[in-house]
Amino acid sequence: MGSIIRGFTSPLRNLRNIRNLARLDGEDENIFWAIRDINFEVHQGEVLGIIGHNGAGKSTLLKILSQITEPSEGEVIIRGRVSSLLEVGTGFHPELTGRENVYMNGTILGMTKKEIDQKFEEIVEFSGVQKHIDTPVKFYSSGMKVRLGFAVAAHLEPDILIIDEVLAVGDAEFQKKCLGKMEDVAKQGRTVLFVSHNLNSVLNLCSRSILLGKGVVLIDSDSKSVVDFYLKNKETFKANEANVDDYLKSIYFSEISGSPKTEFSFDEDIVLNISFHNIENRSKLGLAVFDDFERKVFIDIFQVTSVRTKTAVKALIPKSVLTPGKYNVTLSIMNPYDKVYWLKNDLVTFQISKLSSKYEKINYDCGVINMNIKWEML
Amino acid sequence: MQQQFQHQVTYIRKQEGWRAINFRELIRYKDLLIFLTIRGIKAKYAQSILGVSWAVIQPLFSTLIFTVVFGRLAKIDSNGAPYFLFSFVALVPWTFFANTLTESSNSLVANASMISKVYFPRLVLPLSAVFSKGVDFLIGILLLAVFLVVYRQVPSWEIVLIPWLVLVLLMTSLGIGMILSAMAVQYRDVKHAMTFAVQLLMYVAPVVYPTTNVPEKWVLLYSLNPMVGVIEGFRAIFIHTIDFPYTWLIQGTVVSVILLVFGLFYFKKMERVFADVA
Repeated sequence: MGSIIRGFTSPLRNLRNIRNLARLDGEDENIFWAIRDINFEVHQGEVLGIIGHNGAGKSTLLKILSQITEPSEGEVIIRGRVSSLLEVGTGFHPELTGRENVYMNGTILGMTKKEIDQKFEEIVEFSGVQKHIDTPVKFYSSGMKVRLGFAVAAHLEPDILIIDEVLAVGDAEFQKKCLGKMEDVAKQGRTVLFVSHNLNSVLNLCSRSILLGKGVVLIDSDSKSVVDFYLKNKETFKANEANVDDYLKSIYFSEISGSPKTEFSFDEDIVLNISFHNIENRSKLGLAVFDDFERKVFIDIFQVTSVRTKTAVKALIPKSVLTPGKYNVTLSIMNPYDKVYWLKNDLVTFQISKLSSKYEKINYDCGVINMNIKWEML
Repeated sequence: MQQQFQHQVTYIRKQEGWRAINFRELIRYKDLLIFLTIRGIKAKYAQSILGVSWAVIQPLFSTLIFTVVFGRLAKIDSNGAPYFLFSFVALVPWTFFANTLTESSNSLVANASMISKVYFPRLVLPLSAVFSKGVDFLIGILLLAVFLVVYRQVPSWEIVLIPWLVLVLLMTSLGIGMILSAMAVQYRDVKHAMTFAVQLLMYVAPVVYPTTNVPEKWVLLYSLNPMVGVIEGFRAIFIHTIDFPYTWLIQGTVVSVILLVFGLFYFKKMERVFADVA
């Protein structure tokens, strides 16, 4: 809202701000390097997995490799035709038919009309929308759109394929089909760069992987050792980046009595203690909790009031809701207008043990939350 | 499998300053340009009862309004030609120019999601915006032919110079279109300004009045506007209001070439930040 009014009162300052959107000035301390000093080589026919926690720089790397954004420094040399899939169905227009959109999407991805003509039947069959291929896409279900989009992408024949987690869409059956198709692509001797959170598919598809952390390559080795290293050290390189900060003084978990601890039993209240060096009045705290599969479990927002004397916050996470497992906490600070100005991913972790009458003997995944269902025999 | 040496090599690095457009790449993506153009035409007239007839109705109604307001009420001189024909001949190229500006200035912002997800030569977006308006222009020309028959007007021999006029029209539209589209990505003010800028521009071009109404001492400056040569050229050919305006058209050609070249370079310079600010 502020910037909108400023357009009226001081357009010149607005002009300067907007100009600076796309400018980097020398060695400014405030520059955030999403990735820096990354060096690696991928050989023809190799399937490389790229993993790392949120904010490690994976997406930035992909955007640079696929020529969407330009690097501020450094160089990439690519031999061969590249197709990058950061999204399925790019360029789909709701008013056009499925057929027209296949051509539209295909040419955006770098195919020629001739190539699409040759593969058209195959694409339509793969997508499973034969019946509706001459219907405008706006009448499609979202699942149909995704399937058609992936079908086009799956029939690209580049020398190098760059894939972001596009597989996170569609139903389970279609995801399986997609994974199968990607294995085929890999087997055809194409070079594939595969970015994913799904460690299993990285293990299945990629012979070699690199692990990114805070914008640099942490290790570059065979997928098995990289994934092992990632799982083993997940905690440590999360802990390192936490805590010391201009805003945050300390953050830890404790039981209700106040004594710190990180492992809780299922039926025990969990207290998150946060204290700040300084935080402005009416700021908002955003709390997000992720499980070990990096699924977001819940979020909550708390508005800070009258901070002159108080700079600590206590949050009580009620017992008997989260199921046993490890949880990561992401914290953010927003101004009163919900603009985030401080954010730390995976700041602290806590664990809920199986020590409870309900979960002690269970060995399978019991979901994210505990639900007290009222069962009744009729 | 292809051999190593057959592979094209791409270098990705920070590009500074002014660079030329990579035309080879643009040609490789010609099918994309064609489909985007078709998409532009189809999407525009989809789910409308009158469909392409709108391309006829729009300039026709403007012409009728102009004829009543400027021809009948204000009694603006039309160099002796029927005012209806006088303004319609001007509106055919003018509508193309005006629609092109609006469409292309919006082309990058409207396709921001595409820009941030896939690499392709960004230039195809404003190009396709201009080309998709070509259909309306052709329909306008056909309609003009009908009116010429009705009014029993025989075009002069300079009709062979039509390609020259169309070329100047295209270069001007493309040049300004590229500059505006690149600016609009970063400064959304362009979108707001376009609405009245297009109207304003119409009054600094000889659409509703003849160039002969412009005071003598301003004509040189006035005719730097490439649209002056184009519009008066159309009039000279089809309704013989004046002799063919070679001087104005040559000036206009020079200006339009400058606009086109500057547009190409400016677009290329701004291209690298599109995905970051779109």
